[in-house]
Amino acid sequence: MTETAAAPVVRIQGVDKVFTSGTATTTALKGIDLEIRRGEFISLIGPSGCGKSTLLRVIGDLVAPTAGTVEVNGKPAVRARLDRDYGMVFQAPVLFDWRSVEDNVKLPLELMGYDSARRSARAKEMLDLVELSDFVKHHPYQLSGGMQQRVAIARALAFEPSILLMDEPFGALDEMTRERMNQEVLRIWEQTGITVVFVTHSIPEAVFLSSRVVVMSARPGRITDVIEIELPRPRGVETREERRYFELVTAVREALRRGDADGADGGAAGATSGTGASDGTDGGPSQAALDRARAEGGIG
Amino acid sequence: MSGTLAVEGGQPTAAQRLPVRWIRRVAFYLPAIVVFVVTIAAWEILVNNIKIRGFPLPAPSQIIDALGENWGAGRWPLQTSATATLIEAFGGLAIGTTAGVIVALLTARFVTARELLLPLAIGASAVPIIAFAPLMNNWFGVLNPLSKMMIVAVLVFFPVLVNVTRGLTQVEPAALELMRSYAASDWAVLRLVRIPNALPYFFTALKVGTTLSLIGAIVGEYFGGTSSVLGQVIVASAGALRFDVTWAAIILAAATGIAMYLAIVVVERLVIPWHASMRGGGT
Repeated sequence: MTETAAAPVVRIQGVDKVFTSGTATTTALKGIDLEIRRGEFISLIGPSGCGKSTLLRVIGDLVAPTAGTVEVNGKPAVRARLDRDYGMVFQAPVLFDWRSVEDNVKLPLELMGYDSARRSARAKEMLDLVELSDFVKHHPYQLSGGMQQRVAIARALAFEPSILLMDEPFGALDEMTRERMNQEVLRIWEQTGITVVFVTHSIPEAVFLSSRVVVMSARPGRITDVIEIELPRPRGVETREERRYFELVTAVREALRRGDADGADGGAAGATSGTGASDGTDGGPSQAALDRARAEGGIG
Repeated sequence: MSGTLAVEGGQPTAAQRLPVRWIRRVAFYLPAIVVFVVTIAAWEILVNNIKIRGFPLPAPSQIIDALGENWGAGRWPLQTSATATLIEAFGGLAIGTTAGVIVALLTARFVTARELLLPLAIGASAVPIIAFAPLMNNWFGVLNPLSKMMIVAVLVFFPVLVNVTRGLTQVEPAALELMRSYAASDWAVLRLVRIPNALPYFFTALKVGTTLSLIGAIVGEYFGGTSSVLGQVIVASAGALRFDVTWAAIILAAATGIAMYLAIVVVERLVIPWHASMRGGGT
């Protein structure tokens, strides 16, 4: 595997994941193929139970696939995890109350054998990056939810992983904080050039952040569409007011609805639309834009 | 185009909060203090004015006198007895806690050990272990303090084992995923996640253990022991109808228990100031 710029960071081929508990089996993922290029911002979106979080965990080698292969940086996912290629951010910040903000950020560095001077330097750098330099000595419980999540991001980036895996990181935050955090994540992504895989169930969030949105559907979990988000960068508050933004939001929503309908055809009775997006930003639907987005989508 | 963020939070300084905290604290304990003082006063007045025939209840003042008279030496040496009982209780607590923690670490590490031992431990903690006291006196010698320590150790062992195992194993699943993503060793997970997570559980068990340790020591002494231990002073003085001495010994036992408990609370505050139950102020 050559490490050229064109080589994908993540290459997923024919991945299935079947969970077995007792006699019951659940097909969480079915026939997943996906390539993620270096420096991309990829969102995985879909209704609950579509396997988007499972797919993220398969990429990060937290869950082993039942079939298929996952290559990361040209090596198996297990190797990539042992090489510490992944930074993880979960929906809950998972900060340790017994450690200060600074010591939480230092935790992976301690594990990875950084010396004390480098630990301090990296922690300071990362807390500057997420704009929490004034809260270094605080304990997690003294911070708001948004601030805690920023500490989690600082911790995930501290050891310079090549991929940042984020599992609904802002799902527990209010809408205003979430939009601010979106802006923060974009800034950090642009500053570091890291590849991001981002699981969300918010359509506006996915469109605003991503270079590509991977649309998934449940029963069984599969990729039904990949939508290229060609909105210009840097993106800011104005982006959310652009016509093209609304068109893409609509395109993603339509893709989700289509995927859901396919799932219902496939025999899942009473499949309800469970995208859970409370965006309230209904742009004028444009069939032309929709078709264009779909044409660019690739896998469909 | 970096979004500048408003600084959230901000707290009053410690100096501003201190008087408010003290007023709150006094206000919180005041009703309890009043009830306590009134009860003691009522007891004193009732015993002194209404002679309840055949009901041997000494007045608080008589108990205090008995405490003073028998403090140093004599037939009922209260101070040496209390010290001896405290040593038994503390020694047993130390043995039982150490054993409980070691077995908890093993059960947390080895799933088979957990499946084998934990149901047994939970079952055993429902058994009135104190019933084994006469046996222990036989095994380790009735006059040997070790016999009481072993009773205490067995009593303390089970709550420590069950609680600490719980603390070591009931870790947020995402925390374990996080550590896995760092390719952290089992030892690192134990040291950095499981043990700190178990500390609040450990202190809960220790607080239960202090109470159990004095019960164990004194009840063990009821079944025999040297003449200068609290249990024997209680049994002998009650037999001699010196109820003032009996009460004095009981109060000394209570005071010892409270002192041990408070000592644990102080250590807990120092060790886990980050835990939710330790954070002052607020609600």
